[in-house]
Amino acid sequence: MATLRDIKRRITSIKSTSKITRAMKMVSAAKLRRAQDRMFALRPYSDKMREILLSLAQPGDQDRHPLLKVRPRKTVEVLILTSDKGLCGAFNTNVLKAGESLVRDLRTEGFEVTISTIGRKAKDYFKRRNTPIRQIWTGLSGKISYTSAQEIAVDLMDKYIDETFDELYLIYNEFKSVASQKVIKMRLLPLGEVEHKEEEEMKDFLFEPAEEEIFNRLLPKSVEIQIYRTMLESRVSEEAARMTAMENATKSAEDMIDRLTLEYNKARQATITRELMDIVGGAEAIKD
Amino acid sequence: MAEKLTLEVVSPYGLVLKEEVDEVVATGSEGEFGVLPGHVPLVTTLKIGMLVCKKGGTVSYVFVNSGYAEVNEDRVLILADSAERAEDIDVERAKNAMKRAEERLRKQEEIDFARAQAALDRAIIRVQLAEKKGHQKAL
Repeated sequence: MATLRDIKRRITSIKSTSKITRAMKMVSAAKLRRAQDRMFALRPYSDKMREILLSLAQPGDQDRHPLLKVRPRKTVEVLILTSDKGLCGAFNTNVLKAGESLVRDLRTEGFEVTISTIGRKAKDYFKRRNTPIRQIWTGLSGKISYTSAQEIAVDLMDKYIDETFDELYLIYNEFKSVASQKVIKMRLLPLGEVEHKEEEEMKDFLFEPAEEEIFNRLLPKSVEIQIYRTMLESRVSEEAARMTAMENATKSAEDMIDRLTLEYNKARQATITRELMDIVGGAEAIKD
Repeated sequence: MAEKLTLEVVSPYGLVLKEEVDEVVATGSEGEFGVLPGHVPLVTTLKIGMLVCKKGGTVSYVFVNSGYAEVNEDRVLILADSAERAEDIDVERAKNAMKRAEERLRKQEEIDFARAQAALDRAIIRVQLAEKKGHQKAL
């Protein structure tokens, strides 16, 4: 049985761990709120963007822009979004597992697959398995900006247009609530046809410069926005996952402290009893 | 016919402005254009420039860093890469940016010319706007 000193030492150590996890939880809560604000701030923009795109859309759009064109698929790119830092529960594991199984499925179906990653965790994961990665982006999670999303989107669109790959999937965590994040697989490229809403009346817009030019500029922009949104989504999920993980860790630490304290008290009681017995025993011996 | 225009300016960083105004003047990529209530529907691209909103007797300015505008009879929607109201402009930062951009352009080194020029344009217009705001106060 552990001695009193051992138990006491463990209690102190767990206490300080729980202090750290509690602090981390609070930090995550603050970061979560900030990231969430930015995610919500993007919404009106992406909604309005859709509105404009819809007012430009025409039936048979596929041939109007290479980003819309559906090519026979030979090579498929999978872009996996993870975090840079760990200690966020199953956040990264889930998304990596989903990513890997998608890659495996595509390969068994006979397609070439290239992998790109955002976040250090994905990079480390595939490096460890000696899986080649086409493009790596890291160190972004703390400072996701529209510009960084733009850089990523531009690279992806270039590689799509020069036919490095014919299809692009994103694998990322979608934020449902603080308690739940869901891994999502989304096809980003080709964009495919812009869907029409039948009931919407088509307005006769004037275009300046020409309609085609606006359309051609708007499409890449919408890809950029999608990437930006996905990155924010993943970031918010990361902090939410971390918050939950830290909350659980703090709770387990507390449980453990309770248990150890009980054990400590029992051990102390036992020692006292033993000492008393000794004394009583000694006194009895003298009496005789 | 509508009497007023609803002006909405949104950027990826959030809703910048939503207001009822009488008249809007924006910098389109093909030149400046004004919008009054009852304008024909129009979609256009915007370049780096300013947005002038007139409302009653007052005029306010918004900096717009390229984007798109959709004009309907009673609504002007601006989708900007970034945008800020004149009163929110950080003049010091803009002035510093202007200096940096000018230097880069002067040196003519291996630089992305278009990018430096765009940075300079942004800075110049920001500074102009910030000064306009100061001017207004003096009146």
